[in-house]
Amino acid sequence: MDFNTKFTPHTWPDHPEQATMEGKNKVVGFWIFLACEVVLFASLFATYLALKNKGPAGMEFTTQSLFELPLAFAMTMLLLTSSLTSVYAIYHMRNFNFKAMQTWFGITLLLGLGFLGLEIYEFYHYVHKGFTFDQSAFSTAFYSLVGTHGFHVTLGLVWISTLMIRNAKRGLNLYNAPKFFVAALYWHFIDVVWVFIFTVVYLMGVIG
Amino acid sequence: MSSHDTPIVAKSQAQYEYDRHHNAVHMRKQVMNFAIMIFFTFIAFAVVAADFSKYLIFPLILLLAGVQVVLQLYAFMHLEDKKTHFGGVIGFFMWMGILIAFTFFLAFLTIIWW
Amino acid sequence: MSSYTQKKGFGANVWDYITTVDHKKLAVMYLLAGTLFFAIAGFEALLMRIQLMKPNNDFISAGFFNELLTMHGTTMLFLAATPLLFAFMNMLVPLQIGARDVAFPFLNSLGFWLFFLGAVFLHLSFFMGGAPDAGWTSYASLSLYSPGHGIDFYVLGLQISGAGTLISGLNFIVTIITMRAPGMTFMRMPLFTWTALVSSALILFAFPPLTIGLLMMLFDRMFGGNFFDHTMGGNTIIWEHLFWIFGHPEVYILILPAFGLFSEIIPAFSRKRLFGYSSMVFATILIGFLGFMVWAHHMFTVGLGPTANAIFAVATMAIAVPTGMKVFNWILTLWGGSIKVTTPMLYALGFIPSFVAGGVTGVMQASAPLDYQLHDSYFIVAHFHYVIVGGIVTAIFGSAHFYWPIFFNRMLNETLGKLTFWIFFIGFHLTFFVQHFLGLMGMPRRVFTYMEGQGWDQFNFISTIGALMMGVGVIIMVINCLLSIKGEPAGRDPWGDGRTLEWSIPQPIPFYNFRQTPLVRGLDPWWIEKQEGNKEMTFAEPVGDIHMPNNSAIPFVISLGMFIAAFGALYHPDADKPWSIYILIGGLAITFGAMIFRSVKDDHGFHLHKEEILEIEEHLYGKGGNK
Repeated sequence: MDFNTKFTPHTWPDHPEQATMEGKNKVVGFWIFLACEVVLFASLFATYLALKNKGPAGMEFTTQSLFELPLAFAMTMLLLTSSLTSVYAIYHMRNFNFKAMQTWFGITLLLGLGFLGLEIYEFYHYVHKGFTFDQSAFSTAFYSLVGTHGFHVTLGLVWISTLMIRNAKRGLNLYNAPKFFVAALYWHFIDVVWVFIFTVVYLMGVIG
Repeated sequence: MSSHDTPIVAKSQAQYEYDRHHNAVHMRKQVMNFAIMIFFTFIAFAVVAADFSKYLIFPLILLLAGVQVVLQLYAFMHLEDKKTHFGGVIGFFMWMGILIAFTFFLAFLTIIWW
Repeated sequence: MSSYTQKKGFGANVWDYITTVDHKKLAVMYLLAGTLFFAIAGFEALLMRIQLMKPNNDFISAGFFNELLTMHGTTMLFLAATPLLFAFMNMLVPLQIGARDVAFPFLNSLGFWLFFLGAVFLHLSFFMGGAPDAGWTSYASLSLYSPGHGIDFYVLGLQISGAGTLISGLNFIVTIITMRAPGMTFMRMPLFTWTALVSSALILFAFPPLTIGLLMMLFDRMFGGNFFDHTMGGNTIIWEHLFWIFGHPEVYILILPAFGLFSEIIPAFSRKRLFGYSSMVFATILIGFLGFMVWAHHMFTVGLGPTANAIFAVATMAIAVPTGMKVFNWILTLWGGSIKVTTPMLYALGFIPSFVAGGVTGVMQASAPLDYQLHDSYFIVAHFHYVIVGGIVTAIFGSAHFYWPIFFNRMLNETLGKLTFWIFFIGFHLTFFVQHFLGLMGMPRRVFTYMEGQGWDQFNFISTIGALMMGVGVIIMVINCLLSIKGEPAGRDPWGDGRTLEWSIPQPIPFYNFRQTPLVRGLDPWWIEKQEGNKEMTFAEPVGDIHMPNNSAIPFVISLGMFIAAFGALYHPDADKPWSIYILIGGLAITFGAMIFRSVKDDHGFHLHKEEILEIEEHLYGKGGNK
């Protein structure tokens, strides 16, 4: 029985997340879900592109005036690095090194929290300027797109911390290995989405 | 015992050490990929901060973003790993999603007007 | 005696169905729920047809007529056709690929309960201020300003139901990819499984735009968003794009499984294998792919410009090609076969000309200049009812007959079945054939009445008579289904000519489906074994322990939480209902609490040991005989 077997580094399978039928199903299923999320974010992106800079007559908010590169750069660095740290976590999982995996997931969490903090600061700053959700079509589209991404980041943080806390006393086994792997896949995906957000929203926005 | 249970096989010491070494080499490759991503990000931001023509920057940063995304998918998310079960089918679904996403951008940028 | 062979009381049975994760039981639940909503939507249609029976009728007010037409369309497509097809997909796909259940049984149950409670929520609108009244397409201009909560019921109800559908679609994709029996390569899968796969892929990609569109409508109506408000920079066309990017693949989501069902029925009653299997698979995939490239043919008159219109017109006409391939393949399957005209075969024979008729009017409409004349007229109504009723409904009725023994170990009565077919089929043509001419004569759609003296009176009257006939046919069908409860057990492979794995299982089907996973030796695996004189499938493993999933009440609780939260969200914008925020938070807390409980509490399923399996099978087939 897989769930009570005690593993050693020598008996731990090479691809622990795919060593059981449930694990294989979870990994395939999650990738399929990510394909669905691609189309979900594409709908939000496409709407943002159509409504960029559109607002009531005489509106003074534009992408050029609003967005600041240094903040976007800092957020990108944090999220990109957190993607690498989650790769490290899975590397340690494959080596059956539970403590190291937990450590690297923890670092991922901290970087993700940093990203979220900066994003909340950014939104607060805009709202303070008068760029609220209902200010214009542009603002609604912006907050919907970037906000949905931020919501996904928050969910990812809750997910990873729940996994870490729940499994803290258990160590690694073939039941939780797929769960950690799938959480890492999710984390990479939200970094992928952010790559497009910083390119299309911020970089292209600053130029106009 | 059910025939669907995972067999527990102990690796020989030699196999174990080879696999550890292999994992470590692979991890170093991932750090290399990460460096490439950071580099692309730098270029993208730099090119925008400098004052090039909009028609040069837009395709360039979109291309950089595209390559970064492919790197994330195949390297970080292990899609290139031959042992990923049904990797081909998974890849097919992802690319289908990307293709459909592309049609959305095309449509929303061309056939929504004022 | 083990607990598996004991008889359960009524309460225990109800609890079993609420907590089941068994694909076969969920299939029955989808069948019942789908039939209920089909009957409701059919009744809405009858009311509309009675109102339109004569000019200047006052049977139904204009406002209520708008609610009826909205709910008829929404219910038929989302809450009747989809669940009825899901019933067949849930029952048949695991059996056809030789699996014991779907990849994610828990999610299967969650998908059902989300669908069902979302549907109930939408229908409560009739009793809580009025149903939505902006058409099933709910265009942003009209629906944004619709007073009352009707549209909010639409947005929230479909969002919840749609989530259920998306989850189920994902489940089928993973099941078909990972859970096939040994020997079943992709190109040995039955056509119904192929169409289930492509349809589920369409669900996966088409429902997100709808989700986003509904979310945007919600934001605009409830939170001051400006997506569709042109005075604030928004654009109402965005809704149309998102809706139809979903809406067009949606109709392929519905028709492809119907095609798949006929691809099972026709070979069985021609005693001949399906002609051109590979081209059928290829055509299915091509239809699915092209289905995403044609959505703006619903928007020809919006003013997208001649270039865009031309591109979408050509793409739309192109879809006719793989569809035509399929029709020719069915005809060539019949050609030279040993035809047995049973009730399912009658439906298949009725389907071919009816669907082709609907298809060719579709190609007519694909021509943008002609569509300028036909758009929003009864010609369009005639077209889509021909493909939907002629395609999807005949598939569902015919497959109900064909697969009733798999669902319930009973046969439906052939005489009543044939009677239903003729009454329904003639009624269907009476109703909708004349509507082509009404459209060409200029009658617009979605009108609650019309003036006399325009030449429309006679055809409208005939159309209503046809609708009444369809109603009678449905009633006879329901009676047939109810009578079968007291019928004789059908046993295994009752039609005699089953070709695929679902017919190879002894009846009644044990809850674990296959005692031993079958070994698939080619296309139509059961036919191959029968040709060699075998009484059972060749097996891929010896009898051993079987790992099965546990029942769970959590999917129901998660869905219930969303149902409650939806009420809170609905009433939140009203200033006079401050309690609504607590309902919203409470409902969400129930949902997330249940999700966290599911994550934290381990659920490994249970193992069925060899002795228990043998005991169950002896109880089902051995000394006890057929049940």
